[in-house]
Amino acid sequence: MKRIIGTCLVVLVLAGVLWADTLSITGAGATFPYPMYSKWFDEYHKKNSNLEINYQSIGSGGGIKQITEGTVDFGASDAIMNDEQLKAYQDKHGFGILHFPTVLGAAVPAYNIPGVTAELNFTQEALAGIFLGKITKWNDPAIAGPNKGVALPGEDIVVVHRSEGSGTTYIWTDYLSKVSEEWKTKVNKGASVNWPVGLGAKGNESVAGTIKNTPNSVGYIELIYAIQNKMPYGRVKNSSGAFVKADLASVTAAAAGAAKNMPDDFRISITDAPGKTAYPISSFTWLLVPAKFSDAAKRDAIKGFVKWMLADGQNYTEALSYAKLPKEVVAKELKALNNVQ
Amino acid sequence: MATTTTTVPSAGPVAGSRSFLSRLREGDEIARMVTFLFAASVVLLTVLLVYELWIGSSLPRHKFGFNFFRTSVWDPMFDQFGALPFIYGTLVTAVVSLLIAVPLGIGAAIFLAELAPARVSDTLEFFIDLLAAVPSVIYGLLGVFIVVPLMRQYVQPSLKHSLGFLPLFQGPVYGIGFLTAGIVLAIMIIPYIISVSREVLLSVPRDQREAALGLGSTRWESTWKVVVPFARGGIFGSVFLALARALGETMAVTMVIGNTPLISASLFSPGYSIAAVIANELAEASSNLHYQSLIELGLVLFLLTFILNGLARILIVATSQKGSGMGNA
Repeated sequence: MKRIIGTCLVVLVLAGVLWADTLSITGAGATFPYPMYSKWFDEYHKKNSNLEINYQSIGSGGGIKQITEGTVDFGASDAIMNDEQLKAYQDKHGFGILHFPTVLGAAVPAYNIPGVTAELNFTQEALAGIFLGKITKWNDPAIAGPNKGVALPGEDIVVVHRSEGSGTTYIWTDYLSKVSEEWKTKVNKGASVNWPVGLGAKGNESVAGTIKNTPNSVGYIELIYAIQNKMPYGRVKNSSGAFVKADLASVTAAAAGAAKNMPDDFRISITDAPGKTAYPISSFTWLLVPAKFSDAAKRDAIKGFVKWMLADGQNYTEALSYAKLPKEVVAKELKALNNVQ
Repeated sequence: MATTTTTVPSAGPVAGSRSFLSRLREGDEIARMVTFLFAASVVLLTVLLVYELWIGSSLPRHKFGFNFFRTSVWDPMFDQFGALPFIYGTLVTAVVSLLIAVPLGIGAAIFLAELAPARVSDTLEFFIDLLAAVPSVIYGLLGVFIVVPLMRQYVQPSLKHSLGFLPLFQGPVYGIGFLTAGIVLAIMIIPYIISVSREVLLSVPRDQREAALGLGSTRWESTWKVVVPFARGGIFGSVFLALARALGETMAVTMVIGNTPLISASLFSPGYSIAAVIANELAEASSNLHYQSLIELGLVLFLLTFILNGLARILIVATSQKGSGMGNA
């Protein structure tokens, strides 16, 4: 009897040693796709029990910083790395870094106007004007024009924006920079900008909370957040002149329009995308993967994960209110995966 | 063992007369070295902190120099960084919170230490210590869900109506801003002031009170004219502890201040504090200059705390010379 127990113990210890030999990969970056990523890493771990992927959602800027410094195996970002950042990476490591789109998201204008329950239509001029502080009243002709029949009050508009650096702010300001020359020269696009007007609130939750608590306010939040919290949000006029409400279909449509001229490095902004049904404030979010790995096991594990994410992984997206990648983009990414060595 | 320990605290010539080895064997020398190491690590940490902040902020220090403190534009996209609105917001919210918390806190401490029955005093002390231990994000939630709506609907409109001729109470009413942040901070720091001040008041020697009463003063006269002045040093200490917390508070402030780098005479205006902007922007800093400017802000906050703590020391020393002995409370 004792011998059996002894044998069992030895087996257990050996198993433990082997078990401890699982490959661990770390990543860091964007917060916006974090719910999706954690679901993916969890599902993938169930299929590949010897691989563990740890992801810290510290923000896109932090993700770029950490992957550049080489403290993580991959990064993630809601904004593409600019040429300067790519050069910094290349200079430090001697090889480049590749962008892989994973899912799509959108930012929407959410508002709280007492007495107004209708879905408002926002033109490009109206949104830029409001966030520049040039349009200060809700009944300004620029807002009232495309909203005939809605009794807009003559009250001051309270603008709410994110206080911390965020990928959502990047998408929002990227869009405003494209549709307004004045925005581009005065404010520009970025994760944190110098806001001409408004109150800053930390995180989507706080922006939504401030809008709910402040009469006559308007702010931008992530689509997923607006859907999950049943916040009212407006339609936005796209480049074809149609007012489009953000949902999974219209966000995917924005990606499809851009998929045809997707550059080889996937660094593309799809705000103000062409297409009649495209929602104009949409964006990809990216994984940042080094072009060269010194550790072959890690390289194969990451490539394996990206392959799975592009195929089976995409089936999990819609349950979490993220839009799927268009087929053309998936095909192109699978090809690009060969550049990871 | 017991007979030798009395000579150890001096560690002077008497202790030195015994051989190093014997002291080592008895453990005194080991204890001395170990505790010295612990004490030295505090100094080391402070020096390391300043060094890191100084090295980490070299870009903006060279680029902006003293202008960093004078300009008020904070624009990460166009590489313009000025610390003035953040310094202003930090100081204004701290001052507002102290104006509210000091009279309330010291008043409550006097009641608990001098006037309340011991059982009431001890029970309340339990709740005060509990309040002091509540995480600041909870106070932030309290601010967002209770203080902000109250301010927007009742407090700010009535202040505007009655005292609106003062520049302090003008401008649009959002509910958030300097005043709200100051009030939430005040709620946070009152427990510190009460708790420490009460302890200090309780430790005033009994004969001080008895002497005052014996000279024919009333209870309040003995409290206000004898006990409180005696405990002055310790009470100042509690206020500066509270001030330090108010200056460095991050979460609760960022949730109610409005996070807009503005310098405005109006307390209704949204503002920004140093701690809040660091917490908000560091993770997503867009460039090295942006990142290092935030680190320089950390250095500024450190210096601000350092200066105020120094002032506190001077104040305590200057006012506790009349033998109160409470300066170290």
